[in-house]
Amino acid sequence: MDRYRNNAFAVEALVRDTEVHRDVYVDPEIFELEMEHLFPNSWIYVGHASQLAKPGDFITANIGRQPVLASRHTDGAIHVFYNRCPHKGVKIASEPCGNTGKFFRCPYHAWSFKTDGLLLAIPLKKGYEGTGFGDARANEGLSRIRNVVVYRDFIFAQLNDNGVSFADYFGESLSTIDNMVDRSPEGKLAVVAAPIRYMHTCNWKMLVENQTDTCHPMVAHESSAGTAVKVWKREQGDSTETPMAVQLYGPFMSPYEFYEQSGIRIWPNGHGHTGVANSIHSNYSDIEGYLGQMVAAYGEARAHEILGDVRHNTVYFPNIMVKGAVAILRNFIPIAVDKTLVESWVYRLVGAPDKLYERALMYNRFINAPTSIVGHDDLEMYERAQEGLKSNGNQWVNLQRLYEAGEQADVTAVINGTSERQMRNQFHAWAKFMTIDMDKRVEAAE
Amino acid sequence: MITEKNITDFIYREADLLDTMQWQAWLDLFHPEGRYWMPLEWQQQDPVLQPSLMYEDLLLLKVRVERLAGERTFSQKPKSRCHHLLQAPQIVACDPEAGSFKARTSYIYSETRGDMLERFSGWASHDLVQVDDGLKIKLKRVDLVNFDAPFGNIQLFM
Repeated sequence: MDRYRNNAFAVEALVRDTEVHRDVYVDPEIFELEMEHLFPNSWIYVGHASQLAKPGDFITANIGRQPVLASRHTDGAIHVFYNRCPHKGVKIASEPCGNTGKFFRCPYHAWSFKTDGLLLAIPLKKGYEGTGFGDARANEGLSRIRNVVVYRDFIFAQLNDNGVSFADYFGESLSTIDNMVDRSPEGKLAVVAAPIRYMHTCNWKMLVENQTDTCHPMVAHESSAGTAVKVWKREQGDSTETPMAVQLYGPFMSPYEFYEQSGIRIWPNGHGHTGVANSIHSNYSDIEGYLGQMVAAYGEARAHEILGDVRHNTVYFPNIMVKGAVAILRNFIPIAVDKTLVESWVYRLVGAPDKLYERALMYNRFINAPTSIVGHDDLEMYERAQEGLKSNGNQWVNLQRLYEAGEQADVTAVINGTSERQMRNQFHAWAKFMTIDMDKRVEAAE
Repeated sequence: MITEKNITDFIYREADLLDTMQWQAWLDLFHPEGRYWMPLEWQQQDPVLQPSLMYEDLLLLKVRVERLAGERTFSQKPKSRCHHLLQAPQIVACDPEAGSFKARTSYIYSETRGDMLERFSGWASHDLVQVDDGLKIKLKRVDLVNFDAPFGNIQLFM
């Protein structure tokens, strides 16, 4: 208890050059500190502006475990608030999304707030006259989160008022979001349906690490992707066209050499992506009419440049993954030290053929659903790790693959695609954003 | 001539094959063009351009069945088992002339693995067609009452 609170040195000591201590995955105090430090100091994905198309539209979300509410104000601005009434703390909105009209109204005592969060009215207002209510915190309305950036319709927020700026935090990593949005002939994405939700009984970081773990697919997914390839070979008969489903499963069985040459790019602050030269998404069939639309919109050269950048998984530290080529975003929402809610969203590329959306939806249910056999393979590994890490035999997790002495942190680099350097990159950022506002030392225990 | 009793018997047998893990015999109940669909929306209409939990043809169902027995299928070590508790099927359409039949069956489904047991409630809708003297599944649609909740692994068939 309180081994790590206000003890930045102890937290930093959990991350070594080539290994991390198991407490980062299993210790409840570390999880609490992630909620108090790591998540507030980071820029966290809240939602997509297409979910807030009209004034009065709102969505609810969580930043770490903090319930938040985002709304579109009458002037078109997007605001993010802590989702609680300033009166008694009742959540202002409880649905995932909706339209509140001209104002939010607390269901408990009918305090109402404009969609920019300002207090609009209180019933029996005269009861507050002469009480000094003008100076009360409650008079300010909904507590607004100051640091909110909408980047190409992606809404991010940072709870810490004095944290690293959005531009410094993400830097060049935003190029993956750019590429995903540019894949729409109109340069626009839209959320048109709910995400697939999948509960994982494991620490959230296991999921994040797995996104750039290229040495597991041909092993852990032999049972799913390997079986899909095998069954198709047996059943295909005279068919010359590989079905979309087999095109999606097949590349998971690519050999180590494929992943080695496809490369990993790392960026400062824990961001990075697999699939630099090419990726498992490179060889899907062309979709009729799409290239023509892209050329018409962007010109020949630019259209090919956009479609030729087929990144695999981009981790935006700490807890989302963007798959630009398939237009999917996975949000790894921490619930407890051993519990993570995964919400996998598919964006519709506005103006593009339906077939692209059909393929993205298929990919999402094949890989990211509680009914997905690839998901079953992965979750089994995470659960076994969550159990296995209780072992006292060895308290360290090894992340040494392709480590080089003197490796620089917070740099941009392209490296061998089977390196675990992106995981090391994440843990460097983890230690940084955990301790950036933490006391350096504690007094010796009495 | 297919009767209403043939339809209900078929649905009970289907559940029994799943509960007794006779996977191949279960697959044999499907029409070659048959589909297994688990929607992700209330009264969902479109399995292709709206998100679903599953929408699988016979090829993909075969992959699942073969995977369950795979030597390196670690999520099946230990193996899952399931139990269907069905209400009497409601016959929605019975048209022997056209050879097409529909039924809707309310159920409680349990899936267990190791020490865990998860329970689900919903409705199964069967679109059946007559092939020779028997019935085949054209579409089995599984609507969970809480389709939008975040589940852990669902590895077998409802």
